[in-house]
Amino acid sequence: MTERAAVTAESVYKVFGQGAHAVHALENVSLSIQQGEFFTLLGPSGCGKTTLLRLIAGFEMPSGGHILLDGQDVTDLPPNKRPVNTVFQSYALFPHLSVRQNVGFALKMQGRPKAEIDGRTEQMMALVKLESMADRKVAQLSGGQQQRVALARALAPQPKVLLLDEPLSALDLKLRKEMQVELKRLQTETGITFVFVTHDQEEALTMSDRIGVMSAGKLQQVASPRDIYTAPVNRFVANFIGETNLLPVTAAKGGYQLGCGVIVSADGNGSTLSIRPEQIRVADSKAKGAIEARVTNLVYFGTDVHAHLELGDGAKMVARLPLPPGGDTGLMRGSNICVDFVPGAARLIGE
Amino acid sequence: MAERNFEVSRLPGFATTAIIVFIILYLPIITLMVYSFNGGASIALWEGFSLRWYEIAWNNDAVKSATMRSLTIAAAASVISTVLASMAALGTTRRDKFKGQTVIYVLINQPLMVPEIVTAVALLIFFAAVKVATGYQGLGYLIAAHSAFCIPFAYLPIRARLEGMDLTLEVAASDLYASSWQTFTNVTLPLLMPGVLAGAMLAFVISLDDVIITEFVKSGGQDTLPTYMLGQLRRAITPEVNAISTALLGLTVVMLTAFFLLTRKKN
Repeated sequence: MTERAAVTAESVYKVFGQGAHAVHALENVSLSIQQGEFFTLLGPSGCGKTTLLRLIAGFEMPSGGHILLDGQDVTDLPPNKRPVNTVFQSYALFPHLSVRQNVGFALKMQGRPKAEIDGRTEQMMALVKLESMADRKVAQLSGGQQQRVALARALAPQPKVLLLDEPLSALDLKLRKEMQVELKRLQTETGITFVFVTHDQEEALTMSDRIGVMSAGKLQQVASPRDIYTAPVNRFVANFIGETNLLPVTAAKGGYQLGCGVIVSADGNGSTLSIRPEQIRVADSKAKGAIEARVTNLVYFGTDVHAHLELGDGAKMVARLPLPPGGDTGLMRGSNICVDFVPGAARLIGE
Repeated sequence: MAERNFEVSRLPGFATTAIIVFIILYLPIITLMVYSFNGGASIALWEGFSLRWYEIAWNNDAVKSATMRSLTIAAAASVISTVLASMAALGTTRRDKFKGQTVIYVLINQPLMVPEIVTAVALLIFFAAVKVATGYQGLGYLIAAHSAFCIPFAYLPIRARLEGMDLTLEVAASDLYASSWQTFTNVTLPLLMPGVLAGAMLAFVISLDDVIITEFVKSGGQDTLPTYMLGQLRRAITPEVNAISTALLGLTVVMLTAFFLLTRKKN
């Protein structure tokens, strides 16, 4: 690739504490985020995603490795010398300043001329639709409005990269959905590279160009939302993103053999088969790859039914079966049925 | 049946006790205030309302110079002790935990724990030696002494304010291109200001009120208002003392109210 990456992490390590109490927050993380990309770091709490963000911002120094911004090594630069801005989880708005002063803060610190500060501040407040609130104190704003101020403040100095640390987690569901759309719009309009940290897989899937899934201080997989969902590389990614059924398999002639004896086809490498609940369908007992199962439970979800299945060898699966217009699948608890996998949907994954 | 919580106010005799305590606390002060308006020369015999003693106190040159001296010392001591206390508070909160932290707290708050008379005697002896060595006789000794014992009173509200402050704000400032100094002047200091003002006000009141250390440290002709009044008590007591006390009380109440409003505002 000829274009320089917006953010590059080269074998980054971060250790907190010393000796026996040392916590390895990041282990050998290497990553390249492209210009103008909406990149999401996704993982459970404590996985190191926020630490990685803080290393990019300069709030923490890596214990090893390098951080590059736009091709320049910034590992030793303090936060105020880095062309990145952060939207904090708590927003961290200055309570003693008005909305306008908050938004113009960075430009003032940079010593820009007053006319430029005023112009850009107005522009930014218009971008987040807060012109009418300009002279209020931030404490007088609602959570959603504070969120917008935080965004405008971080975007005002036109950073090369905008870092967002779980910015939507404090909002209620409806507002969160609105802000997801809003964030995506801002990113498209400004063309700025966004690095977004979240533990919410749905947020990650709907907004991102690419997702980096993290666990235990390591990057597990970096790929597009579609690839992360359809082709997870390991058990952690398959389990963390969406729901899945994991079944042990052994290689056999013509495919892979399940514990119950049925041979199915699957892509990928590994000894575990991952099949999403919606990729399991009711099949004719004579069809190739049909699996006999007993229905142990049925859970109604409105648009579909979750059928809990037990296979011949005692293995368990959940199938999500769409409800026909009549609203009845005809299945009964305790009955025996045959199911098969949608062709191409089953993936083999490593540990 | 709902369980009733234990409430002190339901105990028998609660109201009576409370009323007695308030009378003991405030009756002497109210008497003092009332007799400051006495027309006669007695502090116990009411002879009609008059502002005479206020006028006399106001025109008394000794009272005037003592008041000016008190205010000068209190102002200087509160500025000096607040600056030092702010630096101490920043130094003890804006850093990682360090060895000997508790020892530092104890050292800063020493004037709260050492009996004042001990400090007074120590300062008397120490300053006597300094006076002999330098020949300087001015107000500097009193200002230095007052600054020292005011530090913990200024330190406590400032430190409380700093500890309640969201550290993310300073991180955010540095993220938004502010240098360390810019962060301090644009974010930390403005947010710390209510604590600083509260500290300064408390220090001012404490300095204004001091007798023991002042009595030991002052040179001849360096009476402050409290030591002047103490001197007057050895002679004939007139309602002039009441008038001065009432005025001093008024000033203190104003300052402490301001202190209360400033410290409360952060919520």
